[in-house]
Amino acid sequence: MISFKMPSLGADMEDGTLVEWRKQPGDLLKRGDIIADVDTQKGLIEIEFFGDGVLEKQLVEEGHKVPVGTVLALIRPTGDAGELEMPEAAPKAKQEAVPTEPPTQEKKITSPPVAEEKGKRIKISPLARKIAEMQQVDISQVIGTGPEGAIVKADIEKCLVEMKMAPEKEVVDKPAEVHQQEPLQQSAIPESEAIRRAVAAAMSRSNQDIPHYYLEKRMDMSKAMAWLKEANKERTVQQRLLPVALFIKAVAKALDDVPDLNAVWENGLQRKNEINIGFVVSLRTGGIMVPAILNADTLSIDAIMACLNDIIPRARAFKLRSSELSQSTFTITSIGEGGGDKVFGVIYPPQVGIVGFGEIREEAVVHEGMIGIKPIVDVTLAADHRATDGLVGGKFMAALNKYLQNPASL
Amino acid sequence: MNKEEIQKTIFQLLKRIAPEHDPSTLMPDENIREALNIDSFDALQFIVAISEKLKVDIPEEDYGKTATLKSLMAYLEKKI
Repeated sequence: MISFKMPSLGADMEDGTLVEWRKQPGDLLKRGDIIADVDTQKGLIEIEFFGDGVLEKQLVEEGHKVPVGTVLALIRPTGDAGELEMPEAAPKAKQEAVPTEPPTQEKKITSPPVAEEKGKRIKISPLARKIAEMQQVDISQVIGTGPEGAIVKADIEKCLVEMKMAPEKEVVDKPAEVHQQEPLQQSAIPESEAIRRAVAAAMSRSNQDIPHYYLEKRMDMSKAMAWLKEANKERTVQQRLLPVALFIKAVAKALDDVPDLNAVWENGLQRKNEINIGFVVSLRTGGIMVPAILNADTLSIDAIMACLNDIIPRARAFKLRSSELSQSTFTITSIGEGGGDKVFGVIYPPQVGIVGFGEIREEAVVHEGMIGIKPIVDVTLAADHRATDGLVGGKFMAALNKYLQNPASL
Repeated sequence: MNKEEIQKTIFQLLKRIAPEHDPSTLMPDENIREALNIDSFDALQFIVAISEKLKVDIPEEDYGKTATLKSLMAYLEKKI
């Protein structure tokens, strides 16, 4: 039996609230299936399972906050001969498992029933539920306009506008009883505040524990920009590439050449086999999210761009998956675009490096004894001096520059 | 589509990208991205949204013409 635990989605995460089970006892699980939605300081995260099995038993009820490492569910692995369960059998198992609770040694963590579950279950999207909880909206009073009458984000927002316009008394009176029973209320600090705290914790730890060293290199972007211009001519507006997609691929390839930077520092340097590039996404309300582009070294530039088109809006809507938050092996920050010519990053522990791309801009450059105007970018590397020395950092910067000078090879 | 309708559409799309800002406060010659704090990713999403909504093709070399409200309006009026 596999104990499926509350994952750690970063050095700064201590606990999470199980918001919704997406799989029920008896459900057949395959690699990458999303089992549950968990509310963390980084928003509502979809927790995935990486294996094959059958969900045997849920040990934590929806709405309950538990520390990292708590067993959330028991999963019976499949795959071995004889243990394979026929898919047809799964729904039957599900029906049996719900009403009759088999005796187990694990004590089920119970919580007071949420008001909405007393009667008919209200259909609501996870994001809408999250906002409703944060803003203390009584969802039983909200009319859903989503699929099958489900409450969606827009409905909650509409309700919030109405609440603001209504006399204050009404807002307080109605949901009071409901919220006394809401286990989530205890953690109902504003989302931006929660993210601020998460960033503060991770960055403080980084600055205290990691002796950073820094390198900086100005890189010629003429060839890369010319390549992008040509590439974008052939693409529809929806498929167009941004320079950052090139940066991500070039960094991934450079890490393949200099694997000591694609690593974590945990009782010594531990190299990682996969190259998963964490990409800093700034949130308009303040704070950052760092979702990972998994196996970036194996993806084409178009695939990386498609990945960004998918992941950035989800990061901003606090709708990421556990693997995207927990598996990055190196980080890129690209504050450029008017914000700064250069950015010196702070390493996200336990990683050992972060590369920063400034604004791509035209500058006077000396080339073969002549001064010319070229697009350039200032690239910085901050690396953990416990893990590597400047020589390794220098090799990485040289490799990165080499790839950016040969965009077609990416 | 008249000028007012184009402007209304632009404001709607900008509001979607930068909900905390009021696009109607934009000055005609102000850089939209700087004023509304829009990064390159959102800028591309804005171009995609305009292309789809107004059914115009905006090639990459014309991005410079979309920088301010005044230039964007003039550009779209010619295209539609």
